[in-house]
Amino acid sequence: METTQAASVRYDMGVVRWFSIAAVIYLVVGTFLGVWIASELAWPFLNFDIAEITFGRLRPLHTNAVIFAFGGCTLMATGFYIVQRTGSTRLWSNNLAWFTFWGWNLIIVLAVITLPLGITQSKEYAELEWPIDILIAIIWLAFGLNYIMTIAIRKVSHIYVSNWFFMGMIIMITYLHVVNSLAIPVSLTQSYSIFSGVQDAMVQWWWGHNAVGFYLTAGFLGIMYYFVPKQANRPVFSYRLSVLHFWTLMFGYVWLGAHHLQYTALPDWTGSLGAAISLAMIIPSWGGAMNGMMTLSGAWDRLRTDYILRFLVVSLAFYAMSTFEGPVMSIKTVNALSHYTDWTVGHVHSGALGWVAMVSIGALYHLVKKLWNTEMYSDNLVNVHFWLSTIGTVVYVVAMWVSGIMQGLMWRDYDEYGTLTYTFVESVSAMHPYYAMRAIGGIIFNLGAWIMLYNVVMTVRKASAARATHAVPAKA
Amino acid sequence: MSDHDKIYSTKFQDKIERSTVLMFVMVAIVVAIGGIVEIVPLFYLDRTMTHLSPDVKGKVGSKEISPIVWQRQPGQSLDDWKPGDGVRPYKPLELAGRDVYVREGCYLCHSQMIRPFRDEKDRYGHYSVSSESMYDHPFQWGSKRTGPDLARVGGKYSDEWHRRHLKYPREVVPESVMPNYVFLGKSKVNAVQIKKNMEAMRSMPFYPAPYTDADIASAKDAVEGKTELDAVVAYLQSLGNHIKFTEGVNYRD
Repeated sequence: METTQAASVRYDMGVVRWFSIAAVIYLVVGTFLGVWIASELAWPFLNFDIAEITFGRLRPLHTNAVIFAFGGCTLMATGFYIVQRTGSTRLWSNNLAWFTFWGWNLIIVLAVITLPLGITQSKEYAELEWPIDILIAIIWLAFGLNYIMTIAIRKVSHIYVSNWFFMGMIIMITYLHVVNSLAIPVSLTQSYSIFSGVQDAMVQWWWGHNAVGFYLTAGFLGIMYYFVPKQANRPVFSYRLSVLHFWTLMFGYVWLGAHHLQYTALPDWTGSLGAAISLAMIIPSWGGAMNGMMTLSGAWDRLRTDYILRFLVVSLAFYAMSTFEGPVMSIKTVNALSHYTDWTVGHVHSGALGWVAMVSIGALYHLVKKLWNTEMYSDNLVNVHFWLSTIGTVVYVVAMWVSGIMQGLMWRDYDEYGTLTYTFVESVSAMHPYYAMRAIGGIIFNLGAWIMLYNVVMTVRKASAARATHAVPAKA
Repeated sequence: MSDHDKIYSTKFQDKIERSTVLMFVMVAIVVAIGGIVEIVPLFYLDRTMTHLSPDVKGKVGSKEISPIVWQRQPGQSLDDWKPGDGVRPYKPLELAGRDVYVREGCYLCHSQMIRPFRDEKDRYGHYSVSSESMYDHPFQWGSKRTGPDLARVGGKYSDEWHRRHLKYPREVVPESVMPNYVFLGKSKVNAVQIKKNMEAMRSMPFYPAPYTDADIASAKDAVEGKTELDAVVAYLQSLGNHIKFTEGVNYRD
């Protein structure tokens, strides 16, 4: 089934189906890896003296798995779906979309092989070595070209708001990936960044924060602007707010990377500029979150019965919370305490689990129903998944808040004689209960992902079986 | 007038929304600005780098400033450098150790960037300055301290302590959560590769390492037969003692 009939337009949905299933599988794998490395920090014997599974090598694999495998497949599934549906047109090139699918998954396989072997550029969230970086650039441009050309051949007059956000992501990630990955290779498996020290730090966090801002935010806002109105069956609350949300986000997010380098050897003007714009970003972020939330006005009662909608609404709540927390953490006095601590990890995960994963899960359930033209195998399991995700995220984030603030306070504490109260290692042992609690939060979240996988597989099997009986009724 | 012709925002916004090309161009421009403003000046503003800053040159007040970057005299080898002579490129074994440090993802738990706070001074030493990492391709400042900062760990512990700690951290620090890096003692440094790596460092477009041909020629002998554990220890012992900081001088802008 390469195409589906909807009204009079035929769409290319085969590739969307495959990306959707891949996303669900990578959600399970990526969060499982997270649970594993979280457990390694709580119980270090889990490193088992095996180089390939030590924390330092698996942590990049976890971040790559959740960001690029799960996040990437979700973005490409929803992107290819949205751009066709909102343009009333098929993809510009279905073959190129399949090329993107296999290429992207090849990159993921290469990441699974190379990162545990210690083949890394050591740039956070851009660890993959130069041959894979080149492959990423090719596949990303194939995705981007196909997406933008599909917008160009749309059958409607205006470009829908989701596509603006996707376009912003495609362009900015191209800039970031190319500049941040510039390196001189010394072998097939090793290279050195052409930048060094302070300039390298700024380029890295320009990438690092905009991987968050454009990949994990702009792209997923594209998802939000399509799937929230669809699932709620209401139009977007305010068109003008979405225009404002879009342009301020596009302009503003780019500046924030410098706030990761407060009080470092980066010149003060750069960090302060990053922090100032970070504070200003509360306005567009909350505008966008309100726009999504208010889309439900008049349909709030549906939250009682529509479990998919619950995911989407809670994701917006977490989006609003993290986009408030982020600017607060960029203020220098707060950053002095929070930087280098688990608070940062907690902040990232309230965004990653609460916002990105939740909005993706909501969109993926919606997609599965549409793509296989069926109801979910079990709505109750969707509800169970919802509660596991929410509780898991809250447990995780609270554990990291407590441990992060505690770390920060212990490091700077002085006794009455004017000497440091705690040695560093005392702060490490004080973290143990929170690291255990974080692992438990992760397990709860991961359990939900397994339930989703089961539910999706059963739904697809049921739909395929129904179609088979329908198509060949005489066979017995 | 049909619904599609009505303009709900501004004429220009409406025009953008109707044109793929215009939207592409507008977005491409808008998203480029912040990065250009924040990154490009770091390559030409002198105050970005401590050793180029006019505020930290020669004498500050009555205080003589020690060199920020090592001024190597002709004929001197890397071994002639003494702590406090200024920032120098890594010796071959240290560079090999740094490669292992990068490979193992040490930066994920250990920062190398001391902030100008009283507690960090007491715990780790003088705050870090930009020129100290000028030969670091890529930088290793890190973003998280699951373990302590390592920017000035050089000379704090003996080689033997590092060896034991790297192999079995909990033998010397019972509460540690660091993995056992016992496997580093079992593999040898690749002596052929290290020459290539030094040549790459010398050919960098920004802040190339000023290696002489003699430095590179001596690399093979310097690392021959050494284990990765030896290399990491050499790297760690080289961290943080390059500059002799003068008390009471502001080294950052």
